[in-house]
Amino acid sequence: MIPWTTPTRTTRTSIIGTFTDWLGALTIALFALVAQAAPYVPEDDAVVLEHLPVRPNDPIARELRRLRADLAADPNDLDTALELARRYFDLAGSEGDPRYVGYAEAALRPWWNLPDLPIEARVMRAILNQYSHDFNGAMKDLDTATREDPKNALAWSWRAAIHMVQADYTAARIDCDSLKAIDAEFAIGCTAYLDGTTGKAAVAYRAFSAALARDAKASPSVRVWVLTRLAELSIRQGNPKRAEEHFRAAYLEPVNDQFLLGAYSDFLLDQGRSDEVVPLLVDWVKSDILLLRLAMAERALKAPKAHEHIEALRSRFDAAALRGDKLHQQEEARFNLYLLGNKEKAFALAHENWKLQREPRDARILLEAALAMKDPMAAQEGLAWLERSGHEDPGLRRTAEELKALKR
Amino acid sequence: MRALLALLLLLAVLPAHAHKPSDSYLAVRVEGADLSGQWDIALRDLDFAVGLDDSGDGDINWGEVKAHHSDIAAYALARLKLRSGGADCPARATEFLVDDHSDGAYSVMRFSARCPSEVTTLEISYSLFADLDPQHKGLLRLEHGAGTRTAIFSPERATQSFELARISSLTQLVDYGREGVWHIWIGFDHILFLLSLLLPAVLVREAARWQAVGRFPPAFWDVFKIVTSFTVAHSITLSLAALGVISLPSRLVESAIATSVVLAALNNVFPLVHGRRWMVAFAFGLIHGFGFASVLRDLGLPQGALLIALVGFNLGVEVGQLAIVSAFLPLAYGLRTTWFYRRLVFIGGSLVISVVAGIWLVERAFNMKIISP
Repeated sequence: MIPWTTPTRTTRTSIIGTFTDWLGALTIALFALVAQAAPYVPEDDAVVLEHLPVRPNDPIARELRRLRADLAADPNDLDTALELARRYFDLAGSEGDPRYVGYAEAALRPWWNLPDLPIEARVMRAILNQYSHDFNGAMKDLDTATREDPKNALAWSWRAAIHMVQADYTAARIDCDSLKAIDAEFAIGCTAYLDGTTGKAAVAYRAFSAALARDAKASPSVRVWVLTRLAELSIRQGNPKRAEEHFRAAYLEPVNDQFLLGAYSDFLLDQGRSDEVVPLLVDWVKSDILLLRLAMAERALKAPKAHEHIEALRSRFDAAALRGDKLHQQEEARFNLYLLGNKEKAFALAHENWKLQREPRDARILLEAALAMKDPMAAQEGLAWLERSGHEDPGLRRTAEELKALKR
Repeated sequence: MRALLALLLLLAVLPAHAHKPSDSYLAVRVEGADLSGQWDIALRDLDFAVGLDDSGDGDINWGEVKAHHSDIAAYALARLKLRSGGADCPARATEFLVDDHSDGAYSVMRFSARCPSEVTTLEISYSLFADLDPQHKGLLRLEHGAGTRTAIFSPERATQSFELARISSLTQLVDYGREGVWHIWIGFDHILFLLSLLLPAVLVREAARWQAVGRFPPAFWDVFKIVTSFTVAHSITLSLAALGVISLPSRLVESAIATSVVLAALNNVFPLVHGRRWMVAFAFGLIHGFGFASVLRDLGLPQGALLIALVGFNLGVEVGQLAIVSAFLPLAYGLRTTWFYRRLVFIGGSLVISVVAGIWLVERAFNMKIISP
């Protein structure tokens, strides 16, 4: 007659659940997760709440302060504004923090919405816009800049970079060729980068090695960048041992580089060497892209911290969703596929990301998510890219073969 | 190696956003002409805007934040305009806290504001950090009555208007009424208690034996008295507890409710009290009222419409009860002379109820789980 269930607190809170369901849209729930932690009053004045990435007395900070003061005195001084924007953009790159791009944009405010503006400002605007993935807006400015000043090496380089991200290799080749007439060295770097992605890893490897050997006085950050490319090219050529040597050499350079750490830990994860990833990344939890790799390693090792880090990532992706950001989709796809086991969502994100960005690692998550779903049709665009680009990465090729085998 | 330096720039396309960008979280609640809010702003952003790291050691500690609270309030509140009906609703900071978000520590500023008259359309202009970081966004959560909505502020969308739907008192009454009905329906302890008292209503105790009642009216009035006194009693304590006049620990209340069910059911098998069951219903109804109150509290009581919520919820509980009674009474009356009713339903049912309620009692008193839901 009556189901014998106990009316405990849990059944009662579930009514409240339905009640709020009526009211709550998803964003509201997200808001609750993101913004509704428990505020508190720290117990002691000495409790340190936040570490600033740049100390106020640091030479960089002093220089930035000086430039800001100069600009405040004369907000229409384009040279100072550009210098400040460049400094902030460099900082965004090394710190991985997008707010510096906002600071750079603020410095260029008087010029930001002008239809006609000096070429240097136009190129800077393009650089800042591509950072927010406004590739069309950026390309429009770069088109104008290269038309008005065909000798502008920076504008051609950025065109090449954006075309590479969009997997428009024909256009990228034209950009690299245009650089030849301006500066041979620029053109060599540009071409090597393009070759390395499009099936000529051996040629690219030789070009980068030679460039590195030519310049004994290269700065540590340049060396790290080239060594990281050499390591990636070695992986593509199926030579993990040599890749490891380059990664180690880059790691020993006296600068921190997030992208080296990201690429190196991906390499170690692929090799099943998760235990070596943890010490590499343990101090980098603030960086979303590195925290993802750390959590993947900890999950593989069944480390106790894995759960905490997965939850931290989840709340950061929730925060991005609340903001309406679509800049993390590649990482979020990996998070869903490898840490949550949510294949469908991972694929949806990877596919959405593919519309905007088409680099080898964007293709990789797209193919791996499709393979997880055992759906070769879903991988169509990624497979077509692999075919067209001639990209050599053995891992990607293997994934593609498995997908094709499913089709048969 | 100039070429490679230029190529370093290419790299910047790849990394994109390793960090979360700058956001603030703004929650505003509207009640009549009064606004109350909470604004979470990243300490890093505040440091850039007003300078927090007085010691210059690269660390921001609580003492440094505290010393700048008035700067923070002045800076932030100057960049948040709340308007209603063309008039400003000046805001002032009331409390400062700290919170840890996924990307670092935030200053939490609570504030209140007063508009000249009841707010029907709230206009919010948000320009925090607009001059320093055009990428910054303000994420708003606006609460009004039982409704919540969200919005995103950016320099492109710096001013937004929100029409606040007037929530009619009737809607509120019906909403809370529905909760009341729902609660009695899924609150098996209340149903079983009521049933235990109602089961004997179609019988009379004569010469230490239960006999079927001869006519319907006595049975009906018996039920009427029981239900009314139960209702009056639990309405009293529900109101007192909901208004915060009396408060009892929930474990005690829940255990007492289970005890009431055990006793009421056992009284049918081993009669001690009969004839005056309405008094039992009244006494134990006082305890059940506290149980209802905890549900109402969990639902959240609207400060502006406390009475409506209370009346609505109470009426809902009564409607739910009446539905149960009107299904029970004709059925029991029809079956009252049968062996099925007198032995199986009345005695057997009462025993089963007392056993189940006994298990609840143990579970609730000792905070353990015997029957899984």
